[in-house]
Amino acid sequence: MTDTSADTWTVAGRTFTSRLIVGTGKYKDFAQNAAAVEASGAEIVTVAVRRVNVSDPKAPMLTDFIDPKKITYLPNTAGCFTAEDAIRTLRLAREAGGWDLVKLEVLGEARTLYPDMRETLKATEILAKEGFLPMVYCVDDPIAARQLEDAGAVAVMPLGAPIGSGLGIQNKVTVRLIVEGAKVPVLVDAGVGTASEAAVAMELGCDGVLMNTAIAEAKDPVRMARAMRLAVEAGRHAYLAGRMGQRRYADPSSPLAGLI
Amino acid sequence: MADELLLTVNGESRRVPAGSSVADLVAAIGLDPKKVAVERNGEIAPRSTLGDVTLTDGDVLEIVHFVGGG
Repeated sequence: MTDTSADTWTVAGRTFTSRLIVGTGKYKDFAQNAAAVEASGAEIVTVAVRRVNVSDPKAPMLTDFIDPKKITYLPNTAGCFTAEDAIRTLRLAREAGGWDLVKLEVLGEARTLYPDMRETLKATEILAKEGFLPMVYCVDDPIAARQLEDAGAVAVMPLGAPIGSGLGIQNKVTVRLIVEGAKVPVLVDAGVGTASEAAVAMELGCDGVLMNTAIAEAKDPVRMARAMRLAVEAGRHAYLAGRMGQRRYADPSSPLAGLI
Repeated sequence: MADELLLTVNGESRRVPAGSSVADLVAAIGLDPKKVAVERNGEIAPRSTLGDVTLTDGDVLEIVHFVGGG
């Protein structure tokens, strides 16, 4: 029996058991969001940084439902289109929460939400110099991934497909190439739509998967959160087990000898 | 010296008594300072110093917190 109890992953010196990171956007309410996080088994959630509603300061806050002492908050820079905006957002996030582990994403355009890699690379360098530990959303390009790593990214997070599209992992070859070349953890960030696609990411050797919409927009988000937890675990086990080779034709599983 | 300062807080005009600190402003809005971060004129106002920083007429403040996001 293989011992799988010690299968953890480590990013910037912090060790986690769950390989599923979930977003906290698009849920019906905070209670459903919290229930989905619980069902997902996630130890890290992404959060956004936004203005406080000064006219309604007593409105419920995310921190009232998902305890940042128990679940690691990973502040993101969603909605930032320049390195400057992203850095400003994360400086505020560090002040608000006290964490230096952050998710950097610098977007290039609203239609595709594809990352602007020039701005992303620039922001990564500056954030690393300021003592941040940036996990970086990026294109599925092994060269860009290496450049980010050289610039100080503590994890590279290639997209599987456009954010919120649920199209699944479009380019398995480049994700695998990124995994093979990286010295930091690789997580597929964006594009997963259903459980089998999360398993694909893990079978490619990724250290984890980050998703939001696939859970939040499922008809039953809590059940989908559980499905994703199981899929990530299944994919990880399959990767570690080492899949069989592929044949062009059939190969019987029952012995040919002794046929009556 | 005027009795009141005119500030811009999260894009909206707001008047506070002259001599107010950033901490006074956060309290006047009704926010828990432990759950927010404040930027004053483009620079982070560290939480530990909010009580020491006196506001000036025309200051532009951003007060943020964590919300759901992917």
